[in-house]
Amino acid sequence: MARTAEKTNLTDARIAALSIPGRGWSVPAREDAVNRLRAMGLPDRRDEYWKYTRPDTLTQVTPEPAAVFENDEAPLFDGIDRVKIVFVDGVFDAEASDDLSLEGVRIERLAEANSDLHWARDLYGTLETNGQTPVARPLAALNTAFATDGMLIHVTGAASKPISIVYRHESTTSDVILHHLIKLDAGAELTVLENGPAAARFNKVMEVEVGDGASFHHVRAQGRDHERRAATHVFARLGAESTFKSFTLTVNGVMTRNDCVIELTGDDASAHVAGACVGDGAFHHDDTVFVTHDAVNCESRQVFKKVLRNGATGVFQGKILVKAGAQKTDGYQISQSLLLDEDSQFLAKPELEIYADDVACSHGSTSGAIDEDALFYLRSRGVPLAEATDMLTLSFLAEAVEEIEAETLRDEINTRMAAWLGRRRG
Amino acid sequence: MLSIKNLHVKLEEEDKQILKGVDLEVEAGKVHAIMGPNGSGKSTLSYVLSGKDGYEVTEGSATLLGADLLDMEPEERAAAGLFLAFQYPVEIPGVGNMTFLRTAVNAQRKARGEEEMSAADFLKVVRAKAKDLKIDAEMLKRPVNMGFSGGEKKRNEILQMAMLEPKMCIMDETDSGLDVDAMKLVAEGVNALRSEGRGFLVITHYQRLLDHIKPDVVHIMADGRIVKSGGPELALEVENNGYADILAEVA
Ligand SMILES: Nc1ncnc2c1ncn2[C@@H]1O[C@H](COP(=O)(O)OP(=O)(O)OP(=O)(O)O)[C@@H](O)[C@H]1O
Ligand SMILES: [Mg+2]
Repeated sequence: MARTAEKTNLTDARIAALSIPGRGWSVPAREDAVNRLRAMGLPDRRDEYWKYTRPDTLTQVTPEPAAVFENDEAPLFDGIDRVKIVFVDGVFDAEASDDLSLEGVRIERLAEANSDLHWARDLYGTLETNGQTPVARPLAALNTAFATDGMLIHVTGAASKPISIVYRHESTTSDVILHHLIKLDAGAELTVLENGPAAARFNKVMEVEVGDGASFHHVRAQGRDHERRAATHVFARLGAESTFKSFTLTVNGVMTRNDCVIELTGDDASAHVAGACVGDGAFHHDDTVFVTHDAVNCESRQVFKKVLRNGATGVFQGKILVKAGAQKTDGYQISQSLLLDEDSQFLAKPELEIYADDVACSHGSTSGAIDEDALFYLRSRGVPLAEATDMLTLSFLAEAVEEIEAETLRDEINTRMAAWLGRRRG
Repeated sequence: MLSIKNLHVKLEEEDKQILKGVDLEVEAGKVHAIMGPNGSGKSTLSYVLSGKDGYEVTEGSATLLGADLLDMEPEERAAAGLFLAFQYPVEIPGVGNMTFLRTAVNAQRKARGEEEMSAADFLKVVRAKAKDLKIDAEMLKRPVNMGFSGGEKKRNEILQMAMLEPKMCIMDETDSGLDVDAMKLVAEGVNALRSEGRGFLVITHYQRLLDHIKPDVVHIMADGRIVKSGGPELALEVENNGYADILAEVA
């Protein structure tokens, strides 16, 4: 498709408004990323994977302002033993953060890692680059080029507690770009937690290299700020017999686009990506997932559930690509929406592309209203309508939440979801 | 206790009259049974009383202890003391049986301005009652009615009834699908609940359940009306001769 002049102009203007913040080792990778971005151009509605989500507020030079959501509830994950790292509108907050030390893990900040021999040099931007084919992800290239900070995490053993990254949003105009890079050596284990609204506009990339036999768990809750906007990418590459599990809870947010790009490159690896989202009113939430099987006997699961009401929109674009030779692939994908009224909509684009013959792949996508018989049954036992609706809502989301491996984290997410639903009822 | 007068009900979606003037009075402490051919409107009556969508009351009234049932939401009717044991209990994936029961018990208590039951107390009571009904503790951990056999579902209805301690219990074919022993358990459960202040309306096709739960009054429903009422002997008559004689007699 012919590239439009607007696209070129927009991309040039955005690049011109930003500058490469780093010195030292990351500069070449960042310059490459600028070139990638120029070649691709920022997304517009004509791009295949932006038909259901308007990219303009994510691409425009100046972000839309976003009021800060006043919130008196205890922060998520507070009760969990963890290494806490706090960013306020994208700026690292040393006071609020724990010591960046954890046995078996080296934790540094991108903004401070200037040594030329840094381990991250050979990795920064490489998974993002791989993830640009066959589908371009220009916002991720923009991130690699211009990220002001982020965490560089090198895991050599089994981390004894999770690393928890907390994003606070205090400025109504903050426009934040963060890039995390995580490398798990063979057999290493790490859980990363993320929560908070981060900024008025947030562009985040997480690259995760999961070594042979390593396991990576990721649980994130995207902040309840109504007006914040976010475009996030997770790029993961999995070695043999490794495990990757990522779960995202999203409640509120006028615009969220979460891309997850996973490549299974070693035999017997397993990747699970799940999302639960609850949207009310001016809410647009897009999960775009691309899982590539490029090894034998790997398993992947995509489980996405969206509850939508009052005109909220949910999007799911999910693909399983099984390359030639990736025999004995077990691929599963389910995306479902629960529409609580007729104003809300769910748009789904499930895709399978298979070039191996000995595989078992299935996918399904459904959109439905609440089960009236179940609702009546609950009410006939005395459970009030709103509470009964919440019970059925939580049960609808349960399959996604169950993808969280650790029981404490699962309970934390479930309790918080129930509380949020309860609050909305007043 | 339960007072139904000249109740006319049609389907909301189509022009089909199902109840054509039901009159029924269940007194506190009494057990009334309703029998009647398939499709005569027995389940419809129980649904309309408990507030299911899809029906329109075109005439008549239904009150529980003087309160207008038809004006209340289903949950308000439950809190007012009405309970329906469903002919076809609903499976609800993802909602645990225990969570469901405790939420229900406490929602009703809250609606009545009573103190909520603690988790520990609740557990103790529910375990004891489940044991009486020979309901396996493992089963209670499962989602509501999921993977329950037909008979297990019916026993689960009675467990809910026992936990909620309603004033007016309507049981819609609770006996169907039960084996002989389960029928006895259910009947014992019901008999344990019988008391001065509680009324029962038992919908059934068979005499067997009524052997265990002795009804005070038996009604025959046909084509949306109660066409005949009598003592327990009426159920025996149905058992022996079917409905033909009775229907011919009232026609
Ligand atoms: N929602 C509905 N839509 C269409 N028809 C209905 C509906 N509800 C009830 N009916 C019809 O109303 C009539 C009465 O049904 P109901 O279930 O009350 O009968 P019943 O006496 O309980 O029968 P059974 O002994 O078989 O349980 C039937 O003809 C049934 O088909
Ligand atoms: Mg019936």
